[in-house]
Amino acid sequence: MTGSRRSVRREAWRRFLRHRQAVLGLLLTVLLALTALMAPLVAPHDPDEQTDIVATRYQPPSVEHPMGTDRFGRDVFSRVVYGARISLMIGFLAVAIAISIGTAVGAIAGFLGGWLDTTLMRGVDLLLSFPRLVLLITLVALFEPSIALVTLVLGLTGWMGTSRIVRGQVLTVREMEYVTAARVLGFGQARILVRHILPNVLTPVIIAATLGIGNTILAEAALSFLGLGVQPPTASWGNMVASGRDTMLDAWWITTFPGLAIVLTVMSFNLVGDGLRDALDPRHVA
Amino acid sequence: MPILVGIVTLIFLLLHLAPGDAATAYFNPNVSPEIIDRMRENLGLDRPIHEQYFRWLRAFFTGDFGYSFGQHRPVSAVLADALPNTLVLSGVSLVLIFVVGCAVGAVQAVRQYSKLDNVLTFTSLFVYSMPGFWLGLMLILAFSSPALPDALRLPISGVTSVGYEFMGPLGKLLDRARHLVLPSIALGIASAAGVARYMRGSMLEVIGQDYIRTARAKGLPERRVILKHALRNALVPIVSLLGLYLPLLFGGSVVIEVVFSWPGMGRALYNAILGRDYPVVMAASFFFGVLVLAANLVADMLYAAVDPRIRRA
Repeated sequence: MTGSRRSVRREAWRRFLRHRQAVLGLLLTVLLALTALMAPLVAPHDPDEQTDIVATRYQPPSVEHPMGTDRFGRDVFSRVVYGARISLMIGFLAVAIAISIGTAVGAIAGFLGGWLDTTLMRGVDLLLSFPRLVLLITLVALFEPSIALVTLVLGLTGWMGTSRIVRGQVLTVREMEYVTAARVLGFGQARILVRHILPNVLTPVIIAATLGIGNTILAEAALSFLGLGVQPPTASWGNMVASGRDTMLDAWWITTFPGLAIVLTVMSFNLVGDGLRDALDPRHVA
Repeated sequence: MPILVGIVTLIFLLLHLAPGDAATAYFNPNVSPEIIDRMRENLGLDRPIHEQYFRWLRAFFTGDFGYSFGQHRPVSAVLADALPNTLVLSGVSLVLIFVVGCAVGAVQAVRQYSKLDNVLTFTSLFVYSMPGFWLGLMLILAFSSPALPDALRLPISGVTSVGYEFMGPLGKLLDRARHLVLPSIALGIASAAGVARYMRGSMLEVIGQDYIRTARAKGLPERRVILKHALRNALVPIVSLLGLYLPLLFGGSVVIEVVFSWPGMGRALYNAILGRDYPVVMAASFFFGVLVLAANLVADMLYAAVDPRIRRA
């Protein structure tokens, strides 16, 4: 890469901004994050508030309840807003865990090579041969479902892709001149790895992480839908969709709106991820 | 083959990670502790762990998957009923994914940047970001709506209708086909959108190649250029997507089978988990792993068949 670091970054940022869709995705993502952070301010009602259940339940969307009320009379819109908090939090944390594990494994395998590399990558292949949801369900079923457990197992089942990416990058960068120079200068293995190689392998990892948040949110929603994720009464989009299933024909709003929230959220993360990929990877064909 | 052993080992480790063991499933207030201990001895759960491991391995490889607590029959019977249903659903979804995905992707590439392309790109992204279970539920909602004309109605659950036994052979086939429509769409369409995106990129890359320019310069009709030359070459890397999307397909089938009451392995796994029926859980997980492996093998063979360069390697 020629040119100073600043101009490369600015060029990439300009390329990103040129894609209207990517910018839209970024705006949506920021909007979602703000909504989640400021949930108490955004939500018109308390998500757990139940007054006279018989009088307030199953109300269709109205001005007072923009997304209607559920079977206990709780405002669906407020629950969706608070659900954003849960989903985004789980998404970010789980991806953080997955990226950490994946980067560590991939870097060690790529840098040290040999039998360690082969063993680690065989392990990765083994884990990848299970459908992620099957692994998730099996793991959660063995213990009691909770937000912490869900986040942990999502992280534990999502690191494999990152490890492959990092390993590939490390293998490429390892042979480059500045690494050889560092070695000649007598820097220790660990120092070379952390300070010279890792900063240069981060780009695909960032892209994978962004797209990974979308997938993680989908996985958490599926788990919660099946009753193995976030437990009621805590509002998660997945378990909200499940709660509306019995009365779907009469009270369609309970199932529809949380699902729409999921779609919009995942879409915005995918848009940002695509935009990042177009901006940062010059070889990508649009 | 070694991966198979790896899968079984992983499952064994998971099973023993859980608090309690297989014998605790029998535990209820009426059963005295001595009987539980005797049962433990019977099942061999008090033997040292490596001995249990080898017995487990041997059992799995001779097809003895244990006994289902919930259904009161051997696990192999449970799986034998469920597996074909999952295979049928997954197979139909797979065809849908690749046929629709490739068609849409190709059309998008040929009409790049047109209005159709933009609409399809947006739709693809929307569909790709949808949770499968939600799409399934929305489809059920749409097809249960009283406003829908009767001619368009499709079944929303199960494999067959109520009067199935009385239908003629063609009627039976049609009935099964109608029951497959909604679940396979819900299962496959997100991946189809993914394939469409990939196919669009692949096709665009191929169209930009020199041999396409040669074909056009030769005066070949555009249709032939696209169908015979561009399409065939663009399809090659798509086969590698099979390996990526198959685990997703099997994972998705768990949720879709629950939503549509489809009696397959995914639903069996789910019910087993809710009922703490661990033998079924372990056997079903094992089979999911095996299915993905087998599918990857087939994908590899397909890849070699489609790309002559691989064959020589």
